[in-house]
Amino acid sequence: MSDTRPVPLMVRVRASGQRRVAAHGVWIGAIVMLAVLPYVFSSRLSLTTLCLMGIMVIFALSYNMLLGQTGLLSFGHAVFFGMGGFFAVHAMNAVEAWGVPLPLVVIPIAGGAAGLLFGLVFGAIITRRSGTAFAMITLGVAELVSSGALILRTFFGGEAGISTDRTALVHPFGISFGPQFQLYYLVAGWCLLSVGGMYALTRTPFGRMCNAVRDNPERVLFIGYDTQRVRFIAFSLSGLFAGIAGALVAIDFELMSSSQLGVEQSGTVILATFIGGVGEFAGPIIGAVLVTYLQVTLRDLTDAWQLYFGLLFIFMVMFAPDGIAGALARQRPVLQAGQLHRVAPYYVAASLPALVAVVGLSMVIEMADQLTVHAADGPRMMFCYVPVSADAPLAWAVAGLLLAGGTWVFLRAAQRAKDAYDEALSTAHPRRVLP
Amino acid sequence: MLEIIFISTLNGVLYGMLLFLMASGLTVIFSMMGVLNFAHASFYMLGAFFGFEISRYVGYWPGLLLAPPAVGLIGMAVERYGLRRVHRHGHVAELLFTFGLTFVIQELVEMIWGKLPVNYAVPRLLDFSAFTVFSTTYPAFKLFGLLISVAIFAALFLILRRSRVGLIVQASLTHPEMVGMLGHNVDRIFMLVFGVGAGLAAVAGVIAGPALVTQSNMAALLGPILFVVVVVGGLGSLAGAFAASLLIGLLQTFAVASNASLASLFGQVGGLAGSGSSLADIWNVTVAQVAPILPYLLLVLVLIFRPRGLMGTRDT
Amino acid sequence: MSGARPATALELCGLRKRFGALEIIRGVDLAVPTGERHAVIGPNGAGKSTLFHLISGRIRPSTGLVRLRGEDVTGMAPQLINRRGLSRSFQVTNIFPHLSVWENVRCATLWATGYRYCFWRNVERLADARQRTEEILDQINLLDRARMQAGLLTYAEQRALDIGLTIAGNADLLLLDEPTAGMSHAETERAVALIRRVSEGRTLLMIEHDMGVVFDLADRISVLVYGQVIASDTPERVKADDAVQRAYLGTEVP
Repeated sequence: MSDTRPVPLMVRVRASGQRRVAAHGVWIGAIVMLAVLPYVFSSRLSLTTLCLMGIMVIFALSYNMLLGQTGLLSFGHAVFFGMGGFFAVHAMNAVEAWGVPLPLVVIPIAGGAAGLLFGLVFGAIITRRSGTAFAMITLGVAELVSSGALILRTFFGGEAGISTDRTALVHPFGISFGPQFQLYYLVAGWCLLSVGGMYALTRTPFGRMCNAVRDNPERVLFIGYDTQRVRFIAFSLSGLFAGIAGALVAIDFELMSSSQLGVEQSGTVILATFIGGVGEFAGPIIGAVLVTYLQVTLRDLTDAWQLYFGLLFIFMVMFAPDGIAGALARQRPVLQAGQLHRVAPYYVAASLPALVAVVGLSMVIEMADQLTVHAADGPRMMFCYVPVSADAPLAWAVAGLLLAGGTWVFLRAAQRAKDAYDEALSTAHPRRVLP
Repeated sequence: MLEIIFISTLNGVLYGMLLFLMASGLTVIFSMMGVLNFAHASFYMLGAFFGFEISRYVGYWPGLLLAPPAVGLIGMAVERYGLRRVHRHGHVAELLFTFGLTFVIQELVEMIWGKLPVNYAVPRLLDFSAFTVFSTTYPAFKLFGLLISVAIFAALFLILRRSRVGLIVQASLTHPEMVGMLGHNVDRIFMLVFGVGAGLAAVAGVIAGPALVTQSNMAALLGPILFVVVVVGGLGSLAGAFAASLLIGLLQTFAVASNASLASLFGQVGGLAGSGSSLADIWNVTVAQVAPILPYLLLVLVLIFRPRGLMGTRDT
Repeated sequence: MSGARPATALELCGLRKRFGALEIIRGVDLAVPTGERHAVIGPNGAGKSTLFHLISGRIRPSTGLVRLRGEDVTGMAPQLINRRGLSRSFQVTNIFPHLSVWENVRCATLWATGYRYCFWRNVERLADARQRTEEILDQINLLDRARMQAGLLTYAEQRALDIGLTIAGNADLLLLDEPTAGMSHAETERAVALIRRVSEGRTLLMIEHDMGVVFDLADRISVLVYGQVIASDTPERVKADDAVQRAYLGTEVP
């Protein structure tokens, strides 16, 4: 399967002494930021959102181990997430029942172990194929597991799921992890550990061979490596980290249900990873944070939030398949050449009509929603604090105009921005002809 | 007993035919364009809902005539304005595009028609029982569905083998670049094939709608089974897709009709009856309850023992 | 590797390959002594690349034997054959386009330096892998391009990189498939010098169309026509052979 990354002009300069300090600085900065964040965003809702973000970051990064690093498109990644969660809740309930003095902080290990186990078991079979067949098989296995979960009611709790109490384990130093504030630090700690672990993996011989398998699976055989074995190990390790994420979500919500194993949950992580960008390590982090934030805020604003997500996803696949991180990475050579001030105005000029088009689209969707889902409430509604009648032809005309007009102008402005970008690059590297 | 077998066979064949109506289009699209259309089951759903909506105003038969072409046109537009643009970004992007499309179509259908099943009624003309076997009646509408499917396949077969367009399509199946170099407009052929595939799926929807159920989760339920069919049959093989469609259609139908479980066959063992363990769950589950996951079990088995599928030609 | 090297690096016995009704390789017998530079020439469609695929494990022979240093490797998986000391390049450049040149070569050294599927050590700290990568890059003259993305190299540079990938694993039997295809005269000269350098102390089996390169480099030549070897001898004798002239080289204008 071919890769969707763009072709940056120069790869990153190898870490010199100075840059190594900077690299460590990034980690230290991250630790400081994570430690301070709950004091800045201290409301209950914010803390819950932050915890969710942390969990999604781990989940999305684990998914990118497959997609971005090894070139494997899976539609069933939530299986490991879910199994991790279920093993965690059962572990917690068992620890409580038998009075074992095991603190909550080590429970995610159970999730990780479960994820690894199922990664090994399923991986042994699934990694025999690759490409489209692999993707379809992961879909089938995901359906198998989520349907099977409804049959095995004892372990999976049927439709109601299995619940647990995270405060029922021992309280080291008097910390019960009941309050969201304390839970945040648990999630943040595991997030840091997992991100660090996954980053370290990319810098190992195995991690490098994953990239080689992604680029050219056949050539890998002729330099001595078994392509399937590489994929198998990647699959298993990504299951491990997904299991950790699942355990954390189980701890957070104190409930695990079979819907979290299914294709919908897998779809969410694909969305988050892809929007963030599969070609850069930090891409899924950006995507996870953004998608979680949108999920939390959009859900309150509109019924059709899932529709917006779907449209956003399609838009990105069509126009920006390397995601947000990829788009940022493409600015790096422009930045290095000091040409950013030349292209920035074009970017701003393109984003304005884009915004107009989005407003128009949103109007169309919300009015349609009012007329269909909320037909019983009548056509009166509020759109961005403006009262609108959803069946008024004028309103539809305005929405249509904004959408069509905004799109038309945007397409032209985007072309101008692209030309400006190409020009900026060629002035930076006059002798290298761009492919 | 015999009547259950007979009825189940008919139902299983019908289900298999519906599956093949969809799987055939999916296979041809995959063979020609290299993209597995995730949204294929969504076209099936659109067919059912369009047919339903038309039938509310002018009856079932106009729905049968108008819904498939309408969905076919939508399919062509999807190929022309969506898939073609994404093609340059590779297979992963194409697959993800159709995946996102599934999502969006489902949301739109849910928004317009709601989450509950809608009453897509069997047309009055066919609302009788075709025959009675032992003591069970078999609805004429289902028989009609069978006949229509067979008729469509015969027509497609003729077109593929006898007409010029069919020849070009056959050639493009294995050598799209060569066909392009011979001067045929391969892009237009792709668009046509995609549209016809979508239309076929819609026909399946217009038949299945009254016969089975019309609900916004139709695509989500049938989609994965469809992909199991093409993988089990062997990616890229029409004959394999046919065999797999029938196999899975019959398998699921017979399973649903069966109330057997390990417990019913071997009796209750020890304290397994109410013991509330996973083992008890497996012991007591009936075949009917397991029916939904049988296709996926088959998939895993095929993967272990015959990874290329029943008649696989292409790996990708 | 054990002490004494066996006399014959590669042996093909009665090798046949058919695809359906079509037999591409129709009984090939060949023995390449250790240390020899051996060229395989022949018209298009003769089956030269197919022969390489059979030897390197990419496809399985219908019948016949492939022996690598006396060991039967017929039908083995490609990575297993590679680990036994046989390495090949490709007719269509086959590199890792999104990795840097450095990364490309380093990946090719990792198995030979024993790191296998290691996921607990930082690859940047592996001194032996780094040293080997530098050596190879120096040999193929791409050291100053080390940080560039491989997909952005010129065509000739990519062919050189492909050769680099082939030698990085310290294989002692090299199979090069049309290494100078599509190169200008100057590039070909550089490529020949490179091939001569890297095949020093190794056994080389090379498919080539450029007769200048063949007669320059090869100790012996085999001529493959319609899946059969019609001649296998020193360059002078092959040039003078009637059958070869009729099938491939053409007779000289008197």
